[in-house]
Amino acid sequence: MNKQEKVRDAAKKLYTLMFSVFIVVAILASFLIYLMVDPNLSAFKSSAKSNYTAVNNDNQAQLSEEEYDKIENGIHIRTGFVDDKGLMTVVNNCTNCHSSKLVTQNRMSKERWRATIRWMQETQNLWELGDNEEIIVDYLATHYAPIEKGRRQNLTAIEWYELKN
Amino acid sequence: MQRRKFITKSTLASFSALLGAEIVFGKTIPENYNLIGLQDPDPFKLFSKNKEMVVLNNKPWNMEAQAHLLDDKITPNEFMFIRNNGIIPENIDVENWTIEFDGESVKQKKTYSLSELKSKFKQHSYQLTLECGGNGRSEFDPPAKGNQWTIGAVSCATWTGVRLKDVLEDIGIKDDAVYIGYHAADTHLSKDPKKEPISRGVPMAKALQDETLIAFKMNGKDIPLAHGYPLRLIAGGFPASASGKWINRISVRNKVHDGAKMTGTAYRVPCKPVAPGEKVKDEDMCIIESMPVKSLITYPKTGAIIKKGNSLNIRGHAWAGELEVERVSYSIDFGSTWQSCELKAPRNRLAWQHFSAAIQFPQEGYYEVWAKATDAQGESQPMLLPGWNPKGYLNNACHRIAIKVG
Repeated sequence: MNKQEKVRDAAKKLYTLMFSVFIVVAILASFLIYLMVDPNLSAFKSSAKSNYTAVNNDNQAQLSEEEYDKIENGIHIRTGFVDDKGLMTVVNNCTNCHSSKLVTQNRMSKERWRATIRWMQETQNLWELGDNEEIIVDYLATHYAPIEKGRRQNLTAIEWYELKN
Repeated sequence: MQRRKFITKSTLASFSALLGAEIVFGKTIPENYNLIGLQDPDPFKLFSKNKEMVVLNNKPWNMEAQAHLLDDKITPNEFMFIRNNGIIPENIDVENWTIEFDGESVKQKKTYSLSELKSKFKQHSYQLTLECGGNGRSEFDPPAKGNQWTIGAVSCATWTGVRLKDVLEDIGIKDDAVYIGYHAADTHLSKDPKKEPISRGVPMAKALQDETLIAFKMNGKDIPLAHGYPLRLIAGGFPASASGKWINRISVRNKVHDGAKMTGTAYRVPCKPVAPGEKVKDEDMCIIESMPVKSLITYPKTGAIIKKGNSLNIRGHAWAGELEVERVSYSIDFGSTWQSCELKAPRNRLAWQHFSAAIQFPQEGYYEVWAKATDAQGESQPMLLPGWNPKGYLNNACHRIAIKVG
């Protein structure tokens, strides 16, 4: 290989290298520009999202922003809680670990709701509620107070149907 | 073959992409097993449950059956209640799943892999009744705190596994052993890794019974994820919480196991009867062991209208914790008179028993059919709620259905 050929060969290599670098930079740049437009890469994920939702231990319904805290007929749709003073304090403090269903299916006096909060603080990692405690306990004891059931209730909500023999 | 492999690999890769994380043990995912993170949020699809099952709580997942759904002699998965205290484990690595035996009363610690457990010990199958201690809680007055179960937190599936006693014999346990306690892979709701959502157990006498299993199959298939895949302790006749799901460790204790939900008001009732609503001190509470006698009319569904002159065939199941059911009676006049039902022997110890009867009604009108089971020691179900207790356990009041004749 003579000198001239060597130089040509080196130039060729340099050219290839420069070209590759240019391609890589170009790809990176276009990706970064795309990221600015669509930071969540939603265009690639949209088809997947319609089929699947990740992590079902947290069964939060997928709601749009305006629907997130929607109230209908006095009920906070997302949680099923009654809309009244203290609603959002209850939502924010009482639905982080368990769902609102654990609250709304229970009926307790003010004293027992407070005792339940204490139990959760002592054993279940519930934080100190400060001034919010009174708001929460008042709200719960007002809307989720015990109903007297006696020793046995009537059968209710019977759906009658004809039984064919 | 090659092509198949490629599809599996590329499917895994796309699943990983969807989850935004690598599926570390992707190769070991059992056939037809769906990753929990990929499944539909519809809990009925997620857990393969019938649409008529009732969701009590979605975090943690708790779901119960209705009486008419439990008509099968052997409860299939679709009608089996789900009771969770914590978060269902994800990414279960079956290939490397082990169960460790430790505690004050083992002669030495020992760990078995899933395959060792299956190959080393003889396998047994039993049909075993599992009822949640809080089944029927919704009826207590004053109301008791917790998931408000009505009547559907009971099942009787066939469980296959190895006897706990055979494994304990292989390990060697000391004379001072009192209790066994399980530990499992589920995680606490607060996401605190140091906290166990539930770690209960049974006294040694129960642990050493033939029917107490470390199970890996339910109704002949891998245990469904929500019911403890891949390994579950099964202690039929005790509150179902004693049958720990997703277990990876069993401690043989020289004292009553003191894990989560073994103390305070959890799965404990006043040692002496108390008035409704009475405060009970911790030291006056006793751990629930055998569940009480109970029965369920599973056919027909409540609300049936029949023609005058026709007889009504009813059927259902009865169970009595550690005991056998001796008889089942029914009443159509609110307990004034009782007639006996036909009652079958259990398939094995701790399995529920099937009863049936053909009922004639004297005239048109509204009736309630009440069923009452009596156990081998002569104890029957009460028609009213049994003794009140702070957490509303052990409600074994008679089940009833509404019927119209006319």
